[in-house]
Amino acid sequence: MDIEGIGHHISRQYNEELEAIRSKVMAMGGLVEQQLANAILALEESNGALAESVIDTDYKVNSFEVEIDEECVQILARRQPAASDLRLIMTVIKTITDLERIGDEAERISKMSIKLKMSENVKSTMPAIGHMGNHVRLMVHDALDAFARMDAEAALKVWHEDRKVDKEYEGIMRQLMTYMMEDPRSIPDVVDLLWSVRALERIGDRATNICEYVMYLVKGKDVRHISVEQMEKQVLGK
Amino acid sequence: MSESSKKSVNNLPSSEDVCIEVRDLRLFYAENEALHGINLDIPKHKVSAFIGPSGCGKSTLLRCFNRMNDLVDNVRIEGSIEIDGHNIYDPKVNVADLRRRVGMVFQKPNPFPKTIYENVAYGLRIQGVNGRRKLDEAVEKALKGAALWDEVKDRLQSSAMGLSGGQQQRLVIARAIAIEPEVLLLDEPASALDPISTLKIEELIYELKDTYTILIVTHNMQQAARVSDYTAFLYMGDLIEFDATNTIFTNPSKKKTEDYITGRYG
Repeated sequence: MDIEGIGHHISRQYNEELEAIRSKVMAMGGLVEQQLANAILALEESNGALAESVIDTDYKVNSFEVEIDEECVQILARRQPAASDLRLIMTVIKTITDLERIGDEAERISKMSIKLKMSENVKSTMPAIGHMGNHVRLMVHDALDAFARMDAEAALKVWHEDRKVDKEYEGIMRQLMTYMMEDPRSIPDVVDLLWSVRALERIGDRATNICEYVMYLVKGKDVRHISVEQMEKQVLGK
Repeated sequence: MSESSKKSVNNLPSSEDVCIEVRDLRLFYAENEALHGINLDIPKHKVSAFIGPSGCGKSTLLRCFNRMNDLVDNVRIEGSIEIDGHNIYDPKVNVADLRRRVGMVFQKPNPFPKTIYENVAYGLRIQGVNGRRKLDEAVEKALKGAALWDEVKDRLQSSAMGLSGGQQQRLVIARAIAIEPEVLLLDEPASALDPISTLKIEELIYELKDTYTILIVTHNMQQAARVSDYTAFLYMGDLIEFDATNTIFTNPSKKKTEDYITGRYG
């Protein structure tokens, strides 16, 4: 993959090192996305075997993080990257931290799904949870896509999606709370489910983090903790 | 200064006092135009680094600030350089006096074949300072300022040629600051030194900037990143970009600057 902005260093070796890191981040992202999809499916279908496989695979995500971190340290030590190269390395270091945590959340969802008993209440909430799960999975996918294409506008678009996810989250929360009030005996199950929904909501937040790093990578401006208007101004230039 | 020229040509923050104003500076070696109309405001008591590929004009530009280019045959200069509001290319300017105010240190340390003491006292003697006590004080102050005092205080009467390269370079800086200039020009001051001596020079630059406006030409971009507050990128006789060093090295606004500092130039 030769993206504009990468490549064309005088040092071919340096090019290859940066390219290798980018590819690894994409591979890690693909794996995390898969883990997340499986975790959501396992939850929806209470598929214990699938949930187990997610739990068993998490170590791969972790080792990706360690490996990529190490390569970034090497680049920092040996190449002293500047400007867009420096921003790329910073973005990678931060992105993989969030990816690893998304992997952890997927693992958490899987653990919950194994414990979870499919009561009527739980069953009736599942479609909404599946919808929200798919939404955050798409966010993660699109955030990684924005990273791969170094597309700040796409990242901004994904970033906006999180508000919708938060709305879905609130809706499901309200529903779950009603169940708990209606039937206190359902509380243990519903709480388990609630943790999973919470995990999905956190994944959405982490996807927005990645989007913010991508905007920083492309535009060179830190867009964290600023207003939406300021962020749009930085990214779209209006 | 007229009101209209108050705004900096290179968007220097208004918190910075401007020390040197370069306006439409063109320099010709015979028919060859080496600098194509440079406009630049250089902040006072800050370190400004000039970076760029070989032949981009950064040393040529540096040498304009104390009129060292006057010594080169067939050089013609247009435009103006004002230091503290006075055009140094005004025919009435006393060049020797200018060079006292604008000291210069070169790539290769060039101590005089004299004692350490005499090297530092040299400029003062030329200025007519001869009192022993006054000279002693000035020499000690300059050597301390150049972070060399502790290493040479017991052998001030030994030959300067016996010092190491790094010590010689600091001696030359002591010689330059003994006469209390306003501006220090450093032309690749550490490129002939080992890493430890280089770090000592960089540390020294950091300390000196409280007192002097420092301009440094360096091929070592990491050095520019380490020591300077502002960085100017020159390319083929043009000033491409001048900005805070933090900005230049994380988010330069010009593609050419980006290409150069990331190693894509060529």
